Amino acid sequence: MRGMSLIVKTITNSIIGFIFIYGLYIILHGHLTPGGGFAGGVIIAGAFVLKILAFGSGASAEKRSTTVASIFESVGALLFIGVAMSGLLLAGTFFLNFLPKGVPLHLLSAGIIPLCNIAISIKVGAGLFSIFLALAAMKYIVED
Amino acid sequence: MIVFVSCIILFLIGLYAIVTKRNLIKIAIGFAFIEYAVNLLFALIGFKRGALAPIITQIDKPHNFVDPIPQALVLTAIVIALGTTALMLTVILRIYNRYKTFDIAEIRKLKG
Amino acid sequence: MIELYLFLIFMLIAAIIAIEIQDLLAAIISLGAVGFSVAIMFIFVHAPDLAIVQIVVEVLTVVIFVAVVLRTTHVDETIGKKLSGTQILSIVFYAFFVILFLTVMIRSLQELPAFGNATMKVAKEYIKLGLPQTGGANIVADVILDFRALDTLGEATVLFTSVIGVAALMRKVGRK
Repeated sequence: MRGMSLIVKTITNSIIGFIFIYGLYIILHGHLTPGGGFAGGVIIAGAFVLKILAFGSGASAEKRSTTVASIFESVGALLFIGVAMSGLLLAGTFFLNFLPKGVPLHLLSAGIIPLCNIAISIKVGAGLFSIFLALAAMKYIVED
Repeated sequence: MIVFVSCIILFLIGLYAIVTKRNLIKIAIGFAFIEYAVNLLFALIGFKRGALAPIITQIDKPHNFVDPIPQALVLTAIVIALGTTALMLTVILRIYNRYKTFDIAEIRKLKG
Repeated sequence: MIELYLFLIFMLIAAIIAIEIQDLLAAIISLGAVGFSVAIMFIFVHAPDLAIVQIVVEVLTVVIFVAVVLRTTHVDETIGKKLSGTQILSIVFYAFFVILFLTVMIRSLQELPAFGNATMKVAKEYIKLGLPQTGGANIVADVILDFRALDTLGEATVLFTSVIGVAALMRKVGRK
């Protein structure tokens, strides 16, 4: 995929860090403020999509990032199932909130909900990014 | 009542695109409209006048919130909608790659 | 609530434009207009979680649609052609379905509580027990990740399946 003009590249360079920070904030504060794993994961996937759209990438780089994205998606799914199964193993109920609840309205509270948010954000972000990569790589199929 | 009816109208517009349009991209857009209509209908049913968003900011005050359950159901449905739309577009791309057209009548004819 | 009605009218007009215009890129931009007005309406009905997710998902939807259309063609050559027999038949069936659907829908919408008066029978319990039982201040996050976490697991499965489907359909080598 080809990149875009110099203006787009410069603006992307300066803005992409803020998008990542915003996504991380949305994920980590998902149990206190609006947002959560879904929104944060899609925002981080959107940051990667912006980077690829602005700078372009070769076929080999796309293949490599597809592999990395699928690994991350599996890690997210396993983390989510792992949190659920540890509730089953430690206390006998699937998806039991077994961690201490902490002080309400603080960052370290709500038991397993922040862990689930992180797992879902990894899964959703990697999944949507790999969908985008698969559709971006379609060029090589259409033109053969 | 009238806001619910406009969601139904959006649903019917999407269904019109699916049933009568011959272009595959238009059919995918129709599916997206149906998803929006159902999501919006859920969120509108859960609305309560004078209530706040369901996020606790002060513990000791009595809570007056809008209904959080439709929001929780729709939250997952939105992401699923993106996944299904992407899958549909992938199939459409494959069809275009084979037949070089989006017209379903032409595709049916070419299959013969 | 006048702004909600204005956005509903805008949404319907954009939807009609999206399915009737000849340029497919313009149709996709109109799809984006519908999605963003839905996101703004989510803010009006006090659903900030939904609004954030809808905005970012809408951006990705438009990007994916544009990626598909730029790879292929952006002229809808079926607009303006003469209606074929099956198309007229499908329009007739559609009109029949609309009448049936509206009669059922109007009756069932009358059973619903009026706009702005949610019944909140189940939600009362969730709001009361959300903070003490899970410790999370965001009730929506409590519902999707603690009370109804199995729903979220199912959603993750559906997303995983669709990713596998896209990856399998987009493979480079295969049977011709």
